Amino acid sequence: MAPKDGGEASSKLVLYSYWQSSCAWRIRFALNLKGLSYEYKAVNLAKGEQFTPEFERLNPLHFVPVLVDGDVVVSDSYAILMYLEEKYPQRTLLPADPQLKALNLQVASIISSSIQPLHMLSILKYLEEKVGSEERLLFAQTNIEKGFLALEKLLEDFVGKYATGEEVYMADVFMAPQIAVATERFKIDMSKFPTLSRIYESQRALPEFLAASPERQPDAVH
Amino acid sequence: MAHEEKKLKLYSYWRSSCSCRIRIALNLKGLEYQYIPVNLFKGEQFSPEFQKLNPIGYVPVLVDGDIVISDSFAIFMYLEEKYPQRSLLPSDLQKKALNFQAANIVCSSIQPLQNLAVLKYIEEKVSPDEKIPWAKRHIEKGFDALEKLLKDHAGRYATGDEVFMADLFLAPQLHAGIKRFNVDMAKFPLLSRLNEAYSELPHFQNAMPENQPDAPSA
Repeated sequence: MAPKDGGEASSKLVLYSYWQSSCAWRIRFALNLKGLSYEYKAVNLAKGEQFTPEFERLNPLHFVPVLVDGDVVVSDSYAILMYLEEKYPQRTLLPADPQLKALNLQVASIISSSIQPLHMLSILKYLEEKVGSEERLLFAQTNIEKGFLALEKLLEDFVGKYATGEEVYMADVFMAPQIAVATERFKIDMSKFPTLSRIYESQRALPEFLAASPERQPDAVH
Repeated sequence: MAHEEKKLKLYSYWRSSCSCRIRIALNLKGLEYQYIPVNLFKGEQFSPEFQKLNPIGYVPVLVDGDIVISDSFAIFMYLEEKYPQRSLLPSDLQKKALNFQAANIVCSSIQPLQNLAVLKYIEEKVSPDEKIPWAKRHIEKGFDALEKLLKDHAGRYATGDEVFMADLFLAPQLHAGIKRFNVDMAKFPLLSRLNEAYSELPHFQNAMPENQPDAPSA
């Protein structure tokens, strides 16, 4: 997955990322699964680099990840994944069956809309100021657990080795980084979610997932 | 003719902007559907029947024969594929990606931060006075991003001169921002213009909260 040097810079994929961002992790994972090499451009969120005018031009919401593919700039991990699926259809991340496809889209939405936005740093900082650090953690945990409980029920009729069957799909791409963050950062007790735990064991064994993990990124701080 | 059951069923709440997105899509595609109200205010989303349909307890849910689909993005993509008439995604990949981005700004960065559950939390744990400012702040942040994202691409509508996915996600959020949270739209000239454009489209207006079967009568 090492970035290549070469004259054709305009045809190379560029990913703006921050090592600890679970949203960026999703796309690093997807790029690895599709065998796509890319140039890693670090945006130091801790230092506020997302607020530079250059970065704002790339993403007016000031979030990572952002993918640049020649002339095309795509921000938002969900949109990036849909774009990658169409432009680089190898190793497809959405099943053909309509019910399973919809299920993958729904799982990804639960994670990217109902879980992650409620525990992103800016929200937690606000809560810390207004209600204190204990309540802040409780808020994050409550929302994560609510989402995980729903996923647990949603997937029980469809789960296989991975979230929606025997292959890795979009649901797994979104889920694995979310579970990692939930356990490491928010101390979620995964024994409450046996189905998710089992799936996660399969997901975290994937080399594509491991290579995408925060500690292995060029901007990781050890 | 009276016995013909409508094939498509939509579980919806009048005020749910997520449901509104799909109501617009169904209208644009000329798809008839049975409207099944779920009263979120009364907690009907927690009934065992509804939980079986969607364990996270959200509307909209679409039922198409044997297929049950929840989440407006997933439902949208399903409708686009199964009922391709009046396509709601441009074929150009760059423009398509733009539509996905705009839709996600709404459904990941705005709506989840001003939905019923979160507002209730802010009201209870922070203060009742903080509820509206909180909602406004997040809506305005998202609107500001949308203004910038779309400014070089908008035509009569969000991503050109035809109605696409971005418009379906934008219109209900604009409606909520203006009607419920008093967002100052003067700061958002492009979005204001788009809102005007949507107000002239019957397929959009018929989908708006006040026109739904479960809307409280005036």
